Amino acid sequence: MTMTCWETVQAYAFRSLGYGENLLPKTDFTLCQQFTLIGSGMIWNIYFGALALLFGFFFANALALAKAAHSPWARKPAEWFIFVFRGSPLFIQFFIAYETLVLLPRAGVEVFGITVATSWMTKAWAGALFVLFLNTAAYAAEIFYGALQSIPKGDLEAAEAYGITGWQKFRRIQWPTMLRLGWPAYTNEAIFLFHATTLVFFASFPAFRQMGDALYYANYFADKTFNPFIPYPIVGFYFILLTLFVTWTFGLVNRRLNRHLPQNLKSRIRLRPNLIR
Amino acid sequence: MFAFCADPKAIEGLSWLTCYLTSSKHLDFYWSFATVLLLLVITAPAALAFGFGGATAARSPLLPARAFGKTYIAMVRGVPDIVFFMFFVIALDQGIEFLKSLAVCADHAWPWQGLEFRVCKEAKVPLATSDAFWHDAYGFTLAVVTFALVFGAFVANVLYGAMQAVPRAQLETAEAYGMSHGQVFWRILVPQMWIYALPGLGNLWMILIKATPLLFLLGVEDIVYYARELGGSKTQAYEYPHPDWRLWYFLALLCFYLLMTKTSEGVLKRLSARLSKGQATAAGEAMRKAAA
Repeated sequence: MTMTCWETVQAYAFRSLGYGENLLPKTDFTLCQQFTLIGSGMIWNIYFGALALLFGFFFANALALAKAAHSPWARKPAEWFIFVFRGSPLFIQFFIAYETLVLLPRAGVEVFGITVATSWMTKAWAGALFVLFLNTAAYAAEIFYGALQSIPKGDLEAAEAYGITGWQKFRRIQWPTMLRLGWPAYTNEAIFLFHATTLVFFASFPAFRQMGDALYYANYFADKTFNPFIPYPIVGFYFILLTLFVTWTFGLVNRRLNRHLPQNLKSRIRLRPNLIR
Repeated sequence: MFAFCADPKAIEGLSWLTCYLTSSKHLDFYWSFATVLLLLVITAPAALAFGFGGATAARSPLLPARAFGKTYIAMVRGVPDIVFFMFFVIALDQGIEFLKSLAVCADHAWPWQGLEFRVCKEAKVPLATSDAFWHDAYGFTLAVVTFALVFGAFVANVLYGAMQAVPRAQLETAEAYGMSHGQVFWRILVPQMWIYALPGLGNLWMILIKATPLLFLLGVEDIVYYARELGGSKTQAYEYPHPDWRLWYFLALLCFYLLMTKTSEGVLKRLSARLSKGQATAAGEAMRKAAA
C-alpha cells in the first residue's frame, strides 16, 4: 500500500504528540515520510526550547541579581548554582535528574496529607524541561551578571543626580541597560538552547510510545535505512530555519532595547558558536 | 585484586567497599577516564590544525579555497552539533568501506541497496575476523576524527576572527619593510593573533570537555557507559549485589567534570596573562604600567 505525500502528512504530522498513524513506517521509506516525521519531532524541540527560555529568563534575572548582591547569603548560592550548571555537561545533568526522579516513590509523596503524584516527573515533557530550564537559567544568569557589571558608571550617577534611587533606579536604568548589553549574547544562548534540546531523548529520558524529537526520528530512519545522508541533513534544514526565526525574533527585541540610541552606538547581534554544554 | 576479596559475599563494611571498588570491572571504569583524557589530548591539537587550515582558507585570495573555508565555518552555526556527531560517524565509516570496496572487491555494486549498506566482506573495516581491540580502536578513531572535524569548524571561526583582529597597521608595516605574503603571515600575523584567539579558544576547550560524554552516543565504552553498567542494580547472582546506584556514579562524573572545568579555568587565566605580555592590548598595557 503506498500513500500519497498528503496522506503521509495527515498520518504523521502530529505523530510526535501521539496523534495519527500509530505504527512508524517500516519499509519503503519515502522522502516525504522523513520530512514529515522529522518535522513532527521538531514540535518537541520547539516546546522544550521555548518554555525553558521563557521560564529561564525570569530565573536568570533573579540569579544575576543574587550573584551581584553584597550579602553572601544571596551571592554564594547563586555562584554555586551557576558554576555547577555551567561547569558540567548537560548530558550528565539529564542523567542525574532522571536517576533522581526515578528514585521518588512510585505511589507519590505525601505533603500535608495530600498525595502528590510523582510519575509524571520522570516523563521527558516535565523532567527534561526542568533540567533545560535550570541549565539555560545558569548560562543566561552569567550573561546578565556580566552585563550588569558593565553598565556605564555615568548612567548610574546620572540617575542618582536626578533623584532616581532604589527600585526606580533598577527598574528604569539598570534593568533595561543590562538587557540591552546582554541581549546579543543572550540571543546566542537561545539558539544553542534550541540545539541542546536534541539531547533530551538521547540522555535517559525515554521516548514514550516512540514520541520523540527531530533527532530521534532522524536516528530512527538512519538506523533502518543505513543511509545517514538523507535524515540528518533534513534535521539540519529544519534547525537552520529555526535558527533564522530565533535570530529574527530576538533581533526585534534588540531593536526595541536599542531604540533610544544613535545609529552608531546600537549593539548588533553576532552569532558565536557555543554549542554543546 | 586483594587476597581477602576472594569471597565477596563473606565480607562486609569497609573491606567490602574496598573489594567492590577494586573489582576488575571498576578498574576498567578507571581506565575509561584515560579514554576521555586521550580523546581530549588528541582532539585538541587536531581541531586546532583543522581550524587553522579552515581559517587560512577562509582568508585566501583564491575563490574556491575561500568558499570552502567559509562553508566549513558556517556549517556548525545553524545546526546542532550532535546532528553532525551522529552523521559523521556513520558517514565516515560508510565512506571508508565504500572506498576500500572499490579497491578490494570483485564486483563493484553500489553499496546502498534498499535498506542496507552492503560491501563485500573483504572491504569491512576492520575485518570481521579482526581482534576486538581493532574494533574498539577503529570506533575510537572515528569518534576522534568526528570531534576534530566539528570542533575544527568552531576553532576556524575563532581563529578567523582573531586574524581579522590583528591591527591592520602591523601587517602594512611588515609589507612596507618588503616582507612577502608568507613572511607577513608567519612572522607578524600568526604570532600576534593568539591573544585575540585565546578567550574564544578557552571557551571552546571548556565546551570540548563538556562534549566528551557524547562519546557514549558514538558507541565508545567511555565513563558514561561504565557508570550506567556498574551503577545498575545487581541481583544476588552477581559477586557484588547492590541496588540501583547509578545516581552516585553520575554524581562522581559530575564532580570529575566540575574539577576539570575549574582547573582549566585557572590554567587559562594564567595563560592569558602570559600572552598579554608586551601586547598592544588593554591587558598588556596594564601589565606594562604595573611593572614600570
